[in-house]
Amino acid sequence: MTAVTDEVLTFDEALAKYDPVLGFEVHVELNTKTKMFSSAPNAFGDVPNTNVTPVDLGLPGVLPVVNGVAVESAIKIGLALNCRIAEKCYFARKNYFYPDTPKNFQTSQFEDPIAYDGHIDIELADGTVFRVEIERAHMEEDAGKLTHMGGSTGRIQGAEFSLVDYNRAGVPLIEIVTKPIVGAGARAPELAKAYVAAIREIVKNLGVSDARMERGNVRCDANVSLKPKGQEKFGTRTETKNVNSLRAVEHAVTYEIQRHAAVLDSGTPILQETRHWHEDTRSTTSGRPKSDADDYRYFPEPDLVPVVTNEAWIEKLRAELPEPPAERRKRLQADWGYSDAEFRDVVNAGVMSSIEDTIAAGVSAPVARKWWMGEISRRAKLADVEPAELGVTPELIVELNALIESGKINDKLSRDVLDGVLAGEGTPAEVVEKRGLAVVSDDGPLLEAIDGALAAQPDVADKIRGGKVQAVGAIVGGVMKATRGQADAGRVRELILQRLGVEG
Amino acid sequence: MAEINRDDVAHLARLAHIDMTDAELDRMAGELAVIVDSIKSVSEVAGDDVPATSHPIPLSNVFRDDVVGETLSNEEALLGAPDNADGRFKVPAILDGE
Amino acid sequence: MTDLIHLSADALARKLTSKEVSAVEVTQAHLDRIDAVDGAINAFLHVNTDEALLVAAEVDKARTGGDALHPLAGVPIAVKDLIVTKGQPTTAGSRILEGWQSPYDATVVRRLRAAKMPILGKTNLDEFAMGSSTEHSAFGPTRNPWDLDRIPGGSGGGSAAAVAAFEAPLALGTDTGGSIRQPGAVTGTVGVKPTYGGVSRYGAIAMASSLDQIGPVSRTVLDSALLHEVIGGHDPHDSTSLTDPVGALVEAARMGQVEGMRIGVIKELQGDGYQAGVLTRFHESLELLRSAGAEIVEVSCPNFRYALGAYYLIMPSEASSNLAKYDGVRFGLRVVPDGTPTIERVMGATRAAGFGDEVKRRIILGTYALSAGYYDAYYGSAQKVRTLIQRDFAAAFEQADVLVSPTAPTTAFKLGEKLDDPLAMYLNDVATIPANLAGVPGLSLPGGLADEDGLPVGIQLLAPARQDARLYRVGAVLESLLEDTWGGPLLAKAPEITQIAGGK
Repeated sequence: MTAVTDEVLTFDEALAKYDPVLGFEVHVELNTKTKMFSSAPNAFGDVPNTNVTPVDLGLPGVLPVVNGVAVESAIKIGLALNCRIAEKCYFARKNYFYPDTPKNFQTSQFEDPIAYDGHIDIELADGTVFRVEIERAHMEEDAGKLTHMGGSTGRIQGAEFSLVDYNRAGVPLIEIVTKPIVGAGARAPELAKAYVAAIREIVKNLGVSDARMERGNVRCDANVSLKPKGQEKFGTRTETKNVNSLRAVEHAVTYEIQRHAAVLDSGTPILQETRHWHEDTRSTTSGRPKSDADDYRYFPEPDLVPVVTNEAWIEKLRAELPEPPAERRKRLQADWGYSDAEFRDVVNAGVMSSIEDTIAAGVSAPVARKWWMGEISRRAKLADVEPAELGVTPELIVELNALIESGKINDKLSRDVLDGVLAGEGTPAEVVEKRGLAVVSDDGPLLEAIDGALAAQPDVADKIRGGKVQAVGAIVGGVMKATRGQADAGRVRELILQRLGVEG
Repeated sequence: MAEINRDDVAHLARLAHIDMTDAELDRMAGELAVIVDSIKSVSEVAGDDVPATSHPIPLSNVFRDDVVGETLSNEEALLGAPDNADGRFKVPAILDGE
Repeated sequence: MTDLIHLSADALARKLTSKEVSAVEVTQAHLDRIDAVDGAINAFLHVNTDEALLVAAEVDKARTGGDALHPLAGVPIAVKDLIVTKGQPTTAGSRILEGWQSPYDATVVRRLRAAKMPILGKTNLDEFAMGSSTEHSAFGPTRNPWDLDRIPGGSGGGSAAAVAAFEAPLALGTDTGGSIRQPGAVTGTVGVKPTYGGVSRYGAIAMASSLDQIGPVSRTVLDSALLHEVIGGHDPHDSTSLTDPVGALVEAARMGQVEGMRIGVIKELQGDGYQAGVLTRFHESLELLRSAGAEIVEVSCPNFRYALGAYYLIMPSEASSNLAKYDGVRFGLRVVPDGTPTIERVMGATRAAGFGDEVKRRIILGTYALSAGYYDAYYGSAQKVRTLIQRDFAAAFEQADVLVSPTAPTTAFKLGEKLDDPLAMYLNDVATIPANLAGVPGLSLPGGLADEDGLPVGIQLLAPARQDARLYRVGAVLESLLEDTWGGPLLAKAPEITQIAGGK
């Protein structure tokens, strides 16, 4: 089956006529040690069908038992999303047949989610803040993993058979559902990406999920509908699944807006259906239409008893919450005195926490930024790793900086010192010693080099004598070259001016 | 209260994933109509003020510690499987192949 | 040796403890009896000869070595084939599980093994415990030892018949709407449905999770108490398991005292629809209890008339979901239709071939009751009726310490008599169902033989939740008074099976 390319309007054309309405269902896999309802390990990448107990295979006679840590994680997520926490809530069975679902029902929550009526504020690139209302966050279990075999593409279409691994079956999930998001206009794709990024950041910050989208720890289903400008009533929506990176969220929302607009323009109604996102073609294809297979026959799970919360429990969990990411950013930027642009670069480079630690270890905010955004980011890029993964500790930066400030080394030499430290040659001081990297501080050899440099550029020397002090840089450069960088540039400048009898 | 007819039964059988012949559908529709008729009074008994009981003995907050327990080996997991390959349960194609 | 099979579990335990007999002798005697009569009765779906004798030999060795043993060590037991056992097949009486072996033991089976009670085998039942006659077993009906042309009750006809036919002194049953008590009534044996949550359901193949309970089947009240103490008590694998201690059930049975107790006769569970001979024996029992010093009071439970209707909505709803897992993917039967079918079609064909008519009927009924648009009218209303029935019980237990009724409206009917009339079949459970809906414990004991047909009549005792001990206390008194009038146990009046079956 090949995907027929749908007609699309350009994004600008679409936005000129229609207002997009968004909605998201984000599934967050918790990083508990065990599954939601069984004591099997919650682990990724193991031998298929080994992280399973009879419960995870849905064998006859088994019963579920709720993971208490997963419940507390769910409450924490609810609190972080400014939700109300249910006083009493039940688990419910969602009945449907699918081979990755061992019991042919998913244990979830229906009428009474553990958290409801929340919101988060999403900051867009231009600094505007957009409030996204959270409808609910509920607990449920993940399905197993299907691998489609025998087809050409590994896709479900054209496969001859499928293989099922239930290691993931029963992994705790929190499904976070937004209310319809209206009014984002042309910024809908940006908002979509920023919303999912915010959820990912929140659950990671809470420590309740590894939040790695490439592993499916955070998965997004994006609902899109369009309404003609000025119309109140929402249009028919589609639900796009398999949107598993932040970029894909942005692209999928963009694509669906363009596709919906083309369909509506052609006078045909939008089919309420599930769409699948394809990263390779950057387009969606039709999944199955909503049908009577969606009569999930929810009813309260009789094998599980309700979760009942109380003020003391919730407040205890609230006290354990870390500072929310957005507030933390605001506080740090103010403390450090970075400009908006500087701070955004720091955040995007993923070095905010490293800078925080480095400042705490004893350097100034500008120095910490200079290191993390400069030399360390450069090395990280070359090695294709995160800056924090290079092994540069805050203490190391403090020591390097102390050596520079005392004049023992200069910026250029400090890179060699860093090389030595990372190569395991010892502390910065030891590396300076071993590699002979100390700045040349004896004036004798320097004066010799200065005389050489002045002789080599007599016209420049004349200019300086004539009062053009800014020309001294060329002579300094010559001296630094002659000493292979091992001189203190400040001292060299002083000596040149002395030599020429000019006031600095 | 709606009557239950043959089409209803066909729809329910699809939801329940049980193939039924026409004869079975007819017979089942007849039997279910009698049963549903005899139990429909239930929907007229209790008013809105009566809470539902889903669990006969009220308990709450029964939780397990987050500690890994015994698991099945791959062999044990697949022991009863009608078909398996590569350490996994093997099932026919999910979509109609064409 | 034949005498051993006629002894109670209590008597066998004493003879084993005093080393008067060996566990191997006791076990072999029962295996011989099974060999002799089960061709006529069909109580067993699997006979566990080798393992039972091995366990018996271990008991004998341990006793010789002076090891501490459970009082019931070496007393053999039969297990309803709805309860999973390692090393033996578990079929639930269904083709869909034919040949399946569980990789884990039910909690109650683990407890039997811990007590070193040899497991004689697995007993017959209506498919997935759905029925009141054991005729819905995929492996042929079990016959009533009192009259081989009659049903042994159901769903636990196999366990009741095995005990009544002296093939086992004890058995395990499960009771969702009367499946322990009604077979007890029609076979002249004792059966107990404990308080919901009193015995772990882990490993009992679920029919209706909020109604199912495992319980003891025996020939005497004391024997049931002995077994109840082995299997009862908290299990962390079952979230609905009570944390209360099991209680002094054996002590209650040994003490047996009713003087000053108020015993409530449930007005709604007699009269119309009850066989005359059943009511005669029932009233005799009331007189005996009165003569022993109990005060007989009449109580009214007006909502019991809706119990059957509520039950036939709740039970099939839960069952339709519980039985979804039998789909030919992970275990059990798989039927592949012609051509290259999809998994959907394999599931449909597997379930069509693997389930019998009664199971299909209940799955369809349950699917209907839960489906969109009907939930509130059916399932929701039934759950409200459940509340009303609990309130009726609460009011009744204000006036009485224990309630009493006939267990079943009639004595054993003929095989085939009600097979084509589901509604008539369902009416057998009219007196037993309220206890399941409310979660309260119930006990059935023999009340004599009906005058018109000479077949056993059952007397049901009901106690408040968690007050199972009262059942044993009252049951033991009534049993002793009745046996005085009969001049021995009721089963002594049963015909010898080898004769009615025309020998073997």
